Order: sequence, then C-alpha cells, then structure tokens
Amino acid sequence: MSNLEVLKTYKLYIGGAFPRTESGRFYAPVSKQGEVLGNICLSSRKDLRNAVVAARKAQGPWEERSALNRSQILYRIAELFSDRKEIFLKEFQKQGSSLEEAVLEFSTTLDRIVYYAGWCDKYNQVLSSVNPVNSSHFNFSTCEPMGIVALIAPQNTALIGLVSLILPALAGGNTLVALASENLPISAISFAEVLNDSDVPAGVVNILTGKQDEIAPIMASHMDINALISSDLGAIENAIAEACIDNLKRKFTYTEDFNQPESQGLTFIADLQEIKTTWHPIENIGGSTSTY
Amino acid sequence: MENKKNASEDHQWLYSPSLESTSHIEIKDKYELFINNEWIAPTSNKYFDTINPADEKVLSKIAWANAQDVDKAVKAARKAYDEVWSKISAGDRSKYIFRLARMMQEKARELAVIETLDAGKPIRESRDIDVPLACNHFFYYAGWADKLDYAFPNQKTESLGVVGQIIPWNFPLMMAAWKIAPALAAGNTVVLKPAETTSLTALKLAEIIKEAGIPPGVINIITGHGDTGEALVKHPDINKIAFTGSTQVGKAIQKALVGTGKRSTLELGGKSANIIFDDAPIDQAVEGIVNGIFFNQGHVCCAGSRLYVQENIAEKLVEKLKHRMKSLILGNPLDKNTDIGAINSREQLQTIEKYIQIGIQEGSEIFQCEGALPANGFYCKPTIFTNVSQSSVLSQEEIFGPVLTIQTFRTIDEVIQKANNSPYGLAAGVWTDKGSKIFNLTSKLKAGVVWANTYNKFDPASPFGGYKESGFGREGGMHGLGAYLKIIK
Repeated sequence: MSNLEVLKTYKLYIGGAFPRTESGRFYAPVSKQGEVLGNICLSSRKDLRNAVVAARKAQGPWEERSALNRSQILYRIAELFSDRKEIFLKEFQKQGSSLEEAVLEFSTTLDRIVYYAGWCDKYNQVLSSVNPVNSSHFNFSTCEPMGIVALIAPQNTALIGLVSLILPALAGGNTLVALASENLPISAISFAEVLNDSDVPAGVVNILTGKQDEIAPIMASHMDINALISSDLGAIENAIAEACIDNLKRKFTYTEDFNQPESQGLTFIADLQEIKTTWHPIENIGGSTSTY
Repeated sequence: MENKKNASEDHQWLYSPSLESTSHIEIKDKYELFINNEWIAPTSNKYFDTINPADEKVLSKIAWANAQDVDKAVKAARKAYDEVWSKISAGDRSKYIFRLARMMQEKARELAVIETLDAGKPIRESRDIDVPLACNHFFYYAGWADKLDYAFPNQKTESLGVVGQIIPWNFPLMMAAWKIAPALAAGNTVVLKPAETTSLTALKLAEIIKEAGIPPGVINIITGHGDTGEALVKHPDINKIAFTGSTQVGKAIQKALVGTGKRSTLELGGKSANIIFDDAPIDQAVEGIVNGIFFNQGHVCCAGSRLYVQENIAEKLVEKLKHRMKSLILGNPLDKNTDIGAINSREQLQTIEKYIQIGIQEGSEIFQCEGALPANGFYCKPTIFTNVSQSSVLSQEEIFGPVLTIQTFRTIDEVIQKANNSPYGLAAGVWTDKGSKIFNLTSKLKAGVVWANTYNKFDPASPFGGYKESGFGREGGMHGLGAYLKIIK
C-alpha cells in the first residue's frame, strides 16, 4: 500500500461551487517557515463579479428565512467546524502557527461561531423599537440586512479575522463576498468547505483568494455591493474609502485584535443593518376608550 | 391679492383671501453670524439678499461667512465643548434643551410666518407641521440627554465633540431642529449652516438660543453659500459632519472627508414609490397621493414621486386624481386657503421646468391644473405624467418639485421589483385594505421609511433615513442618537 500523500487543490468558493479562477492565474504564498502553501487561485475582476451575482441571487431568500432557521444553520457551521479540528490545526501550523497558537485560534473561532449563531433571533428585538408618535399611528422600527457585504479579511490571521467578520454579517441576514488573507489563504478555503456542508445556501457566502491590492478596489467600486468591511487597509485605505462613495457603500474598518475573546459583540451585527420605520394609521372612530 | 378661484368648470368656488398677518413678526434688515451667542460681522464683509420666493421681494441681508468666519465658529464650539457642555451634568443639558423647546413654542407663530415668507411654503404647513415638529424635536431629545445609557444597553457611549451641520432649504427650521437637538442631547456642540435661500428661521432660532441662555458657543449658526459649507466640511477641528441635501453634494462631502477620521451621516435624495392596490380605499389613496407629491410643492426628499397603480383601477384612480388636483389652490403662501405655495427659488423652478420638458419629449402624457400663475414669484402647477416608462429620466431622477409619474402594474412581484429598481431607498407608500399584503410589501420594499395607508408623516420619535444612495444614518427616535455618539464596542 502506498503512503503517498494526496495533495489538495485549493479553489474558490462561488455560488456553492468550487471553481478555479476563470483567469487561470495562480500565486504561491509562502509560510513563515518558508514553505510554499500551494498554487492558490489568483482571483480576477470576473471572479468577483460572478461572486456578486451569486450573492445577489441568494440575498432575498437568505434574509427572508426565519431568524430561528438562520440561527440553526449558523450553529450547524460550528458543529461541522468542530468536527474538522484536525484539519484546521494542521493548516494553521502549515501557515506558520505554533501548535499552541493553532489550538487557541481554533477554539476562539469555534466560540465566535456559536456566539453569533445565538444572536440571529435576538438582535432585532434588542435593536428595534415601537415609537410613540404624536398622532394616531402605529409606528415601529426594525432592522433589515444591508445586502451584499464585501469583506477583505484581516491579513494577520488565517481564519479568526475572516470568521469574526463573516459571522455577524451572516447572522444579520446579509450575503458575503470575501477575500481571504493574501498570505494565509488555505484555511479560508477549508472553511468554505465547512460552510458548503452546513446548510448555508449556495451563494450566501462566497470566498475568493488573491491579491488584496487587486481585488479590494474592484470590490469598492462595484455598484451592486452594499457594504465593505475590513481591517485597516494601510496604504490603500483612503483610495478604497473614496471608491466606496459612488454607490454610497457603507464602509467599516475594524482595528480589533480578533484573537481576543472580547472582540465580538452586537455592534458588528448592527453596523450591517438598516433601520426601517413603518407607519400605519390607527382607526379612531367613536368615543369608546380602553378604560373598563 | 385678488380672489382665488379654481379653473375647472365643476369647481367654481370663490375663496376670499385669508392672509396670515405679518404684523407680529420682526425681521431685521441685516443679519450677522451667530457665534458664541454674539452677532459677529463676517470678515468677508459680504452679505447676500434673501428673498420671498412668492413675490421676489428682498426680506433681509444675510452675512456670507468665509473660511475665517467658519474657523471662529468652530473654535467657539470647541471651547464650549471642552469647558462647558461636556462638563455640565446630563440633567442640565436636558433642561437647557427643554427650555429651548418651550421658548420656540412661545414664538411658534412668528417662526411659522417667517418660514412661509422665506421658503414659500403654505402657511398651513409652516404653522401645523414644520414649526410644531421642530419644537417637538427639541422637546423629545431634551429628555434623552440624561438617559443615553438606556438607548444602548450594555454598551458605553461618548459624545463626539464638535459637529458641523449643513441643512437644506425645504424644511429650514425643522431640519435645524433635527440636526441640533440630538447633537446637543448626546453632549456635542454644533456649528450649523442653513441653506442660502432660507436662513431666516435659523437666525430667529439663534435669537431664541441667546434668550434661553444656552451657554455661548454651544450652538453657532453661520450663514452663507456652498463655499461656507465647504469650509465647514474641511475644517480640521470638526469631529463629524451631518448633511441633508442632494445626493450629488452628499457624495462630494463624503469624498472630502476620506482620510480625515471625521464621522458623517448623510440624508440625501429619493425617488420614492407610492403603490396603490385595487383593494385600497381609493378616495383616501387619492388624498395620500396628493399629500405624497404636492406637500411642500414636492420639495420633499421622501416625496412619493413614482406612483404605481394596479392596472385594473388605474383609469378610475387617475380620473379621481385629476379631479382632486383641480381643487388644489395655488397662490400666496401666506393665504390660509393655499395648498400649493411658491417654488423655493428661481433656480429650482428652472430645474423642475427642465424635467417637465424632458417628460414631454420622452413622450409621456402630461396633465396640469389650469389657471394662471401669479405674475411675480416662482410657481409651478401641480403636474402628473402618465404613460411613463420605467427607464425614463422622469421616473429615475429626483425632480424635487410637484411632478408625479404614474405607472401601472399587475402583480405584487412586479411592483416590488419596479419599486426597488432605483438607486435611492428613502421611503415608500403602500395602499391596500389587506393587512397581510401590507406586511408583505413593507418588508420587501428597500426603503428606510414605509408608510402604509398614509404618506409623508413625520415625528420626533420616529427614525427617518435611507437605504442605498439615499444616505446613511437615522434622524429621529432612539436610533437618531446613534448618529451623534461614539459607541464603545
């Protein structure tokens, strides 16, 4: 029997499928230890556009699912992620983490998924209001997802940064087009495999690999993306912010260290919600009151 | 003013003029800048005329602030923030704002008349809507000042500092209130710039601020044109810009803020859909359509300017709408009979007229009320277009005037798609007698405010603001506080 290892090809995750980049290009990121991580897809503008099309198609059905159902699907992500601990530990180490760091990143990531899974059917109660207006109307404000969120994953972590930003967007009913960390991309694709097996509908999360400097500006200027979230983008931060203005993309930059257990919370969900206020008249005819 | 009458044959009613008296108001010949509770002459030494758009007569001269003046105002606001407003108790902040609200109520009549003179809006609207809503906005937010912890449970909040606020000309005093009240309650100080055609009520508010004993520098009001606003946006010691106005200017402001670390909220344009189903109470719907598009001459960012009517009632509804339009009274805004007042400025009138010409050229069918317009002043007849295509300029672009496009639809799915097919997402209206249909629509329409079986209702407790290119952030209600606070994660 041969012990020859079968190498995994890391591909993109678009619309519930794992295509190679349409461009046929690749890059070969290197770990801290100098090991080549693989021939990783170097995504193109067209890949991003395909991902946005898939996300837009998935947006309506995803946001219209019941909050309980979304919660259960997110919890299912945690179940499958937990199940694949060995794979992720191996990949984290391959990308330069010590075993101890890998174990910590894994458990923080797992806890974060469970944390946000539990928010799905609660944030709207916390963030909504019934508004006592000065006229005979019933008036209430509720949250609605912004829509397609472009995510540029923090560069310094293989997974916890990505997951810390995917989960609150998902919990809030948004769809995502995410770009993995440029130099630490492989666990992002393995995470896509978890998502794909977790009842997350096709197109709800799309994950690309490639160069931040190439993809970020295309995300920022895409007219069908509603929000863009990232860690500090450094030299391109201002150019990206400016490109977001064309369709008034909501843009949020997070400087948290996502390895910290407290780097989570309701504001990550709330940032990606629109408040919708609904008015309806209350009929007020006759003299009868609620007094009894 | 001669008797007004309606032009249509079936409405030969004559109305005696019922002019609101202007004897009770005081407008100075010239207004300086309001900085540190003092009236300061602009270093530019420049002034511009503010006119009554109903007769084009000059009402007053207004100081034109330049960058140096803006700097003075920002410095005053910073000093007031550092030394007073961030130091006094939240309870005292609350009491100051309450005091302002009450003093505005005392002067409500004067404010309403001046608003009508300066902006051209019917006195009924200034008196019954703009001014009461402005007073109530201060009253509502006053009570929040010492209760901020309840608005964001389990999270800490901090005030931002000095806020620059730029407001439009369509609801001058009300917009000032929408901006100033939550900013103060949240603990910030402000520099407010009113629109150049409608500075007067903000300057009257300045008088009230001084009279109410609000600490100097907490609210500064600087008047001027676009360059004044630009200087405010670019001032390095501003922590946040709040803007209400056009999407074009909003985007320019947002671009100027890139890399500065300044926060912003933008309340911009709209092209809101008003949807009438065949089971709607049709006469109420007609009133709602009229209120949706002709309220304030259509100078309303959330105006229901795209009407979608279910095909099987379209003919009947349009007929009723035309009939109703014939009884709208257009004329002197000070007349209590007037439904449609003056267009805010010559420039805006030209914009509206340009769009009407585009509509005719695009082949849409136009209907306007008959009758002559007043000889002086800026007026536009209420106008509707039928036979409009979804891709036409008229149904895509914001006109900001009394111009309605009417399209038909057959199914719910079709109308949801048509309504959402716009870069804007400020508001929408739905008219049907069926509750489940309302909720289906209201949850699928991508707009920040949805009026079901009503339209153009506003309230201090009710969050207002848009999706997509209609801007971001909310004004009003508990959610409106978030725009003026730093929320610590």
